Amino acid sequence: MVFGIPGGTILPAYDPLLDSTKVRHILVRHEQGAGHAATGYAQATGKVGVCMATSGPGATNLVTPLADANMDSVPVVAITGQQTRPLIGTDAFQEADICGITMPITKHNMLVTDPAEIPRAIAEAFHIAATGRPGPVLVDIPKDVLQETTSFSWPPDLRLPGYRPTTRPHGKQVREAAKLIVSARKPVLYVGGGVIKADASAELLRLAEDTGIPVVTTLMARGAFPDSHQQHLGMPGMHGTVAAVAAMQKSDLLIALGARFDDRVTGQLGSFAPDAQIIHADIDPAEISKNRRADVPIVGDCKEIITELIDAVRTERETAKKVDLTPWWDTLNSLRETFPLGYDWPEDGTLSPQYVIERIGALSPSDTIYTAGVGQHQMWAAQFVKYEQPRTWINSGGLGTMGFAVPAAMGIAAGVPGRTVWAIDGDGCFQMTNQELATCAIENLPVKIAVINNGNLGMVRQWQTLFYGERYSNTDLGTHKHRIPDFKLLAEALGCVGLRAESREEVDEVIAKALEINDRPVVVDFVVGKDAQVWPMVAAGTGNSEIMAARGIRPLFDEDL
Amino acid sequence: MTRHTLSVLVEDKPGVLARVAGLFSRRGFNIESLAVGRTEYPDISRMTIVVSVDELPLEQVTKQLNKLINVIKIVELEPSASVQRQLVLIKVRADATVRSQVLETVQLFRAKVVDVSPEAVTIEATGTSEKLDALLRMLEPYGLREIVQSGMVAIGRGARSITATAVR
Repeated sequence: MVFGIPGGTILPAYDPLLDSTKVRHILVRHEQGAGHAATGYAQATGKVGVCMATSGPGATNLVTPLADANMDSVPVVAITGQQTRPLIGTDAFQEADICGITMPITKHNMLVTDPAEIPRAIAEAFHIAATGRPGPVLVDIPKDVLQETTSFSWPPDLRLPGYRPTTRPHGKQVREAAKLIVSARKPVLYVGGGVIKADASAELLRLAEDTGIPVVTTLMARGAFPDSHQQHLGMPGMHGTVAAVAAMQKSDLLIALGARFDDRVTGQLGSFAPDAQIIHADIDPAEISKNRRADVPIVGDCKEIITELIDAVRTERETAKKVDLTPWWDTLNSLRETFPLGYDWPEDGTLSPQYVIERIGALSPSDTIYTAGVGQHQMWAAQFVKYEQPRTWINSGGLGTMGFAVPAAMGIAAGVPGRTVWAIDGDGCFQMTNQELATCAIENLPVKIAVINNGNLGMVRQWQTLFYGERYSNTDLGTHKHRIPDFKLLAEALGCVGLRAESREEVDEVIAKALEINDRPVVVDFVVGKDAQVWPMVAAGTGNSEIMAARGIRPLFDEDL
Repeated sequence: MTRHTLSVLVEDKPGVLARVAGLFSRRGFNIESLAVGRTEYPDISRMTIVVSVDELPLEQVTKQLNKLINVIKIVELEPSASVQRQLVLIKVRADATVRSQVLETVQLFRAKVVDVSPEAVTIEATGTSEKLDALLRMLEPYGLREIVQSGMVAIGRGARSITATAVR
């Protein structure tokens, strides 16, 4: 499966694709769409996603999705055409130094200057993308290199003397971690996207149930642990649940599994989890102690680490004094009951965006895969859809790429045919990449798009409301005022079914209708109120103890910690 | 901040220097000195990088360097356990009235005169950066017309080799 667009310099690679029976190429409308589709495909399937573009603008259009995949550690291989070798460096037509440009936003990249090296380069690219901490790899191939004939043998031997990712954890470190785990009074399992990448959800469930330790799942890890599980406190971070944020703040032991102490999770670093010792397990040694010093570092693959931890904890428990976690759970349960996730209906009688998202989650099949753009709708989708399985929530976490949803949904639908795919999108995001719906319609990828249309760049507007004295500089998109574009008509123009809901009564009906349609993409324009806000919130630059359950309500700050 | 000398073994491939230099600048580190050259293995180059940085950020930058696919091995060389040398070429004003004094300084520092003209001499000197700084201070009163300095190179003392274990 390849997502791409041909052009001058990549033509020699496209020509034989016409005869290929093994490779399905999906002709997208913009290279950015190809990149995000490859990312969606990779996140949904666990396999490497592939995108292809021509030199110059084709390649530079891949910059955003490559940066996105790099931040979220997604295995993607990008193949780009390049000007012919004699023309490189001469500012030739459609020439861009894409290796130079993408150097800081890829795991690795390479310019292939010898036709005989193509097989090895491609094999190495897939190997590097998929192993260790996954990430995007770009292979840039000049047109004249693509045109030459060469001998082909497969598989080629890889020559990567500097690349030896550690997957087996150090036994001594695992034992140290187990010691801390059995003696902690306020432990928390801080679960990141690495657990999903390592396919370690089953192991995580065992570890959690063995130990009775509360679990929080980051934005990248939603679905790694079932939301319905009693031990799950929800998402931590800037828009996390009060219980999840409080658990980390009050914890005496954070067990970080495939997480990276991102600023959106820790808030102000200096006041983050002040009393906690840290066990930090990650496949990337550079993440360990990058932001928060680890007391017990464990480098390795999360699946192997958790498996070994389960045994080590069992062994350790035979000799250790049993710690009663009941007081800890009492504290957390009381927070969970006092400050559940919730929302108020807009006072102006408009539709509540949270309600829409909640209903989509409730009415769709349990194995539905969700993706989102970036902003308020993304946070609500992370909060109000209940995720029970890994790889059912796919979003742009690190880079925060608006416009991610539609092309990602396309890649997901291509990767796991037959599953329901919902893109929860915003009206701002949707207008960045919706042209890929034409691709979806033509390629028979029946994605469902919920445009949470509040007429504004909602998250920016929320910050303007809270921090800029309600001065709404350039956030009104006019999608309400002028109904430009009319998303229903736009959807139909793109070969999709267009639906609309503007009142509470219409929501379930429209969702049901969308779920019935499986032969075409569906776009639902949910016209919602513009003043709904994402809560809870830790304001940027403040400490997590200042989390606001709603505007002005600081449950942890006000009480005696 | 303390000064650290890193020996970095890299694959001899195009763009490696840009990758390493880019990583330092991207993460906000200033390279004080950089030298790149071949090693006893044809496809391995060695970079000697001197940075002024605290212990914790140094650990981070080393880990980030290790993540570069073309980087094979990184060793920090302690000044006490290694030989560190820089080379400098100095063009100093030295007419007949001061030439003998300049030459005396050259001898004191065990430097060499590699070019002479009626108004100036060009001096070649090697040593640690401290020694070369001292030489420059001594020559400054005569008038430094031009200075060119190489990056620092460094090698560990004793029989052990950092390349030998890297290529296995």
